[in-house]
Amino acid sequence: MHELSIAYHLVEIAAQAAQSAHVKQVDALHLRLGALSGVVKEALLFSYEIATAGTVLEGSRLVIEEIPVALHCPACAVTSVLDTIQVFRCPICGQPSNDIRQGRELEVVSLEIADEQPTYS
Amino acid sequence: MNNPRILEIRRGVLEKNDLLAQNLRAHFNEAGVMVINLVSSPGAGKTAFLEATLRHLRENGLRPAALVGDLATDNDAQRLARSGAPVRQIVTGGNCHLEADMISTHLADWQLDLTNLDYLFIENVGNLVCPASYDLGEHLRVVLLSVTEGEDKPLKYPTLFNSADVTIITKIDIAAAVEFDRAAATAAIHAVRPGMIILETSAKTGEGMQNWLEYLNTCRQTYPLQPITT
Ligand SMILES: Nc1nc2c(ncn2[C@@H]2O[C@H](COP(=O)(O)OP(=O)(O)OP(=O)(O)O)[C@@H](O)[C@H]2O)c(=O)[nH]1
Ligand SMILES: [Mg+2]
Ligand SMILES: [Zn+2]
Repeated sequence: MHELSIAYHLVEIAAQAAQSAHVKQVDALHLRLGALSGVVKEALLFSYEIATAGTVLEGSRLVIEEIPVALHCPACAVTSVLDTIQVFRCPICGQPSNDIRQGRELEVVSLEIADEQPTYS
Repeated sequence: MNNPRILEIRRGVLEKNDLLAQNLRAHFNEAGVMVINLVSSPGAGKTAFLEATLRHLRENGLRPAALVGDLATDNDAQRLARSGAPVRQIVTGGNCHLEADMISTHLADWQLDLTNLDYLFIENVGNLVCPASYDLGEHLRVVLLSVTEGEDKPLKYPTLFNSADVTIITKIDIAAAVEFDRAAATAAIHAVRPGMIILETSAKTGEGMQNWLEYLNTCRQTYPLQPITT
């Protein structure tokens, strides 16, 4: 299980961004998680609590947007969303394809902040 | 309460690893060494396959070396060293996969002259989940599947199989005894990675090793170094 190490990376990136923006408290962290990212959502949610302890993200929610695989079919010239990661075939014509256009994402998108406006001195 | 503010970040969680891996790959290209990452479930036969590979390559006058990741012991490194090739152990201390910074740290400590090598093999930790997410700067990702572990393994671990360039079916010498279903294994592999090349080998009898060495050589002849995937 490497979700804890992923969670620490996540927190490091988010905490750094929060600090540069003079943010004192974060309400939520938004993450895009691809079906082929190799990361399990439930394990990551669990690890998030541990990884955020004692940081500016402590007590914040982890909001995960799950990104399905999108496969491009050269025959149909169409990119389709798959509801599986076990069969890489065009859902229209059934042809196999390796042209994966989406689904490997593991990306910190944004932070939701509700504290008072930052004070610049 | 004030209105919630949104602070945009848009950064890859593994960007550090990815960047380091890209730098490693550029470094390997410059030195002219082809790097191969071996992944599989525990006990699928990575060390045995690698030992046979190192031995054959050296017999053919080529210069391979190996980095081997293990949770706790250096047994695999000792087995590989019997081939006569330079070998170095990475004890991950419980970490279930290798990361690019472990490769660069160990290469720096090792002081191995990469320009004197043809191939550098990396035996990853036996694990079909976590190694999928970590680029090590390799040119070729090889997934090993033994005949004893079930033909549907690729369907259970599609992410890793999808991330690989070639599949090696190992322990083919005992295929009949364990009623290995070749057609089912091929179907499962191709479902999750259409067209992936599948090679069959036995580290015990040497069966199939010649095909594997030819495949490696074909990959090496391409420039910039890249896997032959179909
Ligand atoms: N019959 C047969 N047995 C093999 C072959 N290759 C490996 N084995 C046996 O399978 C077991 C595991 O082999 P290893 O090479 O240690 O497997 P591994 O993938 O390196 O294992 P970990 O590093 O622990 O994940 C050993 O008992 C080997 O003797 C083969 O080609 N034929
Ligand atoms: Mg081993
Ligand atoms: Zn199609």
